[in-house]
Amino acid sequence: MTTVMTAILILFGLAVVFGIILGYASVRFRVEGNPIVDQIDALLPQTQCGQCGYPGCRPYAEAIANGDAINKCPPGGQSIIEALADLLDVEAIPLDAEHGEEKPKMVAFIREDECIGCTKCIQACPVDAILGAAKQMHTVITDECTGCDLCVEPCPVDCIDMIPVETTIANWKWPAPAESRNLIATDRGRGELQQQEAH
Amino acid sequence: MGKVFAFHGGIHPPENKKQSTRTPIRKAPLPKLLYLPLQQHIGMAASPMVNVGDRVLKGQMIAEPVGRISAALHAPTSGIVRSIGPHPVPHASGLDSDCIVIESDGQDEWIEHQGIEDYTRLEPAALIEHIRRCGVAGMGGAGFPTDVKLHLGDHHIVNTLIINAAECEPYITADDMLMRERAHEILGGIRVISHLLKPSHIMIGIEDNKSHAIHTLESVLKGCELNIDIRVVPTKYPSGGERQLIELLTGLEVPSGGIPADIGIVCQNVGTTAAVYRAVHFGEPLISRIVTVTGDAVAQPQNLDALIGTPFADLLDAAHVYENKLYRLVMGGPMMGVTVEHDQIPVIKTTNCIIAASEDEMPPAPPEQPCIRCNMCEQVCPATLLPQQLYWFAKGREFDKAKHHNLFDCIECGACAYVCPSSIPLVQYYRFAKSEIRTEEAEQRKADHARERFEARQARLEREQEEKEARRKARAEEAARAQQARKNGEATAPETAAADQPVQETKALKTAAAVARTKLKKAQKALDAARESGEGDLQALEDALKAAQTGADKAQQALEQAESGAGTGEAAAGPDLKQLKTAAAVARTKLKKARDALKNAEDKGLEGIDKLRATLTTLEQKADEAEQAFKAAEQSQLDAAAAQGVDLKQLKIDAALARAAVTKLERALAKTEDEQARTEIETELTAARDKADQLNQTLQQHEPA
Repeated sequence: MTTVMTAILILFGLAVVFGIILGYASVRFRVEGNPIVDQIDALLPQTQCGQCGYPGCRPYAEAIANGDAINKCPPGGQSIIEALADLLDVEAIPLDAEHGEEKPKMVAFIREDECIGCTKCIQACPVDAILGAAKQMHTVITDECTGCDLCVEPCPVDCIDMIPVETTIANWKWPAPAESRNLIATDRGRGELQQQEAH
Repeated sequence: MGKVFAFHGGIHPPENKKQSTRTPIRKAPLPKLLYLPLQQHIGMAASPMVNVGDRVLKGQMIAEPVGRISAALHAPTSGIVRSIGPHPVPHASGLDSDCIVIESDGQDEWIEHQGIEDYTRLEPAALIEHIRRCGVAGMGGAGFPTDVKLHLGDHHIVNTLIINAAECEPYITADDMLMRERAHEILGGIRVISHLLKPSHIMIGIEDNKSHAIHTLESVLKGCELNIDIRVVPTKYPSGGERQLIELLTGLEVPSGGIPADIGIVCQNVGTTAAVYRAVHFGEPLISRIVTVTGDAVAQPQNLDALIGTPFADLLDAAHVYENKLYRLVMGGPMMGVTVEHDQIPVIKTTNCIIAASEDEMPPAPPEQPCIRCNMCEQVCPATLLPQQLYWFAKGREFDKAKHHNLFDCIECGACAYVCPSSIPLVQYYRFAKSEIRTEEAEQRKADHARERFEARQARLEREQEEKEARRKARAEEAARAQQARKNGEATAPETAAADQPVQETKALKTAAAVARTKLKKAQKALDAARESGEGDLQALEDALKAAQTGADKAQQALEQAESGAGTGEAAAGPDLKQLKTAAAVARTKLKKARDALKNAEDKGLEGIDKLRATLTTLEQKADEAEQAFKAAEQSQLDAAAAQGVDLKQLKIDAALARAAVTKLERALAKTEDEQARTEIETELTAARDKADQLNQTLQQHEPA
């Protein structure tokens, strides 16, 4: 009987000790906010374009953390979906076409002759990349533009174009080596022959 | 000769160097057009200093360095600047980039220039600046601006200077020929560099296949005061790689991601040392270099001393190219060079070799076959990496893993691809993976930057919103207070309101009367004039005069009435209530005192009690009178107030308007900076305040008790 009691007491004592330690740790090392949101936000492309249906990248990151789908970010494209799937340990799914398609990197360009200086695009730009003042010509700071396209809609004279980012020596990428189709030299041309026979 | 160590791997490709060393260095003919890319080096592109149409002299700076890691650009010959714009440049992408195009005038006229007589007396910083102004950049590989490397001594302890004379890549003999013919220039350059870096040990690393050059160097170095050691290393590709040569000569490995200066070593190419010599001793900027023009498709493979900016086509002509045999044009060596599509691409500071190859010499690459994991690539890798593993990662786009396997330590020497039995273009895979990773990192940086800007904007908008809210709240409070004050000020507002209203009315009437009088006068005048001239409708004028007369009379009457009315109004307001109240109170106090005195006197039996009694009666009477008067006045006041209720409202509105005017002026005052305008506003403000105070007081007086 005493043995049982001792065991129970020891276990109870351990439970109390660890309970106190855990309780202290949960107060002392408390993490403000949800760290997974930060990690998701770090992966998102920060165009703040709102194509996902949320007002910016962080709100979408919060939504993903709360269980929303990971395939609503067209600027990020498939690579972001894969990175998110990796982070959240879920299945990578193709991009939801409802929210837009993956496009090449774009940058806004204001046709300055046509600009009337209404400041509407300045108010729409989520990253303050448009320079100008009321009744003065506006222009886009190309380096700061995320290509989110939010400035195009509000322009009353339709003078903003989204143009693809030009490839220069500075941003040129080595292409992936071309896949060799004829892996086996003696197999050369067989596929085509079979296709011809099928017709 | 000191000990020579070894590095892992390496290969022994056919050298093909003999062809181009048979003839001495020849000066390339002066080209008609020179194309000078603004970016010939690592770092920021230079910024042009000349305009289209300018005449420039040989050696004149035409583009200045931008930022710390950048190099100046000079006109290689005298001529006219024809254009500044995109032109094909020596780059693997085959893209165009901004170039300054100079049309030479054939005179090759030098700008005034002179060397530094005794550089040892010059401040090191000034000497380095001079080298920077001369646009010297590394001539061996990536074209790193030399002045930056010479500055390293400030942050690192440099104890060893290594001069890279290995020139390990097949075909290239530019450095070999330079050493054979201009060894004294190399030595001069070494002297300048060692003066700046103060190394304890200087080594020249050279491959044992250049016996002629070794011999020349040894004879030049005889009797040299510097501690220079020529280390002959066995011929093996890529012993000329910076890290490999350092390992060969010192046995030390440059840490991954680090620079040689981290282990106290600075490495310079022989060509660069010669350029430093020419810059310091003659003040000549880097405007020409030795280029090996070789390959089966040229009749006379040789080394040409070519101006920077010379198109490849001119050099090929000078070496007598067989157009029909030319199959492929390679810039650089056969291992690390790139095929170029265009023979108008110019020579830049890093162009050491042009290979015009025939089809037999460089046939198209055989098709890529599957990796058989033979491990030969690992055996030859000079950076001790796992090429085959990196290949799988690059192919599967697992760039993170490739990075963890030290992809960025790969020097892209091509040894692995050279030995690969499956002819896999391994280096292409690594270059692809590297640029993907770099792009990803750049995008990440951009995303972080965008996030920062977005958050800053959000914070700003929030702050603005809060400020707006605060202002709105303050206004609401102000309004609430005003409302309260107005509530308190309801009911009694007789006297002034009563007096004020008629006064205003009187004023309006006065104006009306004055206007009527003026009209009358005018009508009279018109009538007089008409009578004199005997023209016009006299009857109509007379009628008008009569009407004006009646109007004026009426106005006058109304005015008189109003004035008398105002007088009665004022009279009705009567004596001051307060005064009456005080009088009554005083009377009561006096009465009480008298009573006390009487009682006292009675108790003590003093004299003059009768007198006191008489006084008391009088006082009692007086007090009663005062009380009555007060009550009567109060009653009349109340009646008046009831009669003038509407006027009280008007008074309140006036008071509120006056307050608003005051606040408006106060705001205007806060905004205005002009001294004169301020004083003006201040006077107005004082007046407005006075008016507002007055109105407020009146209002308070008329508030119900």
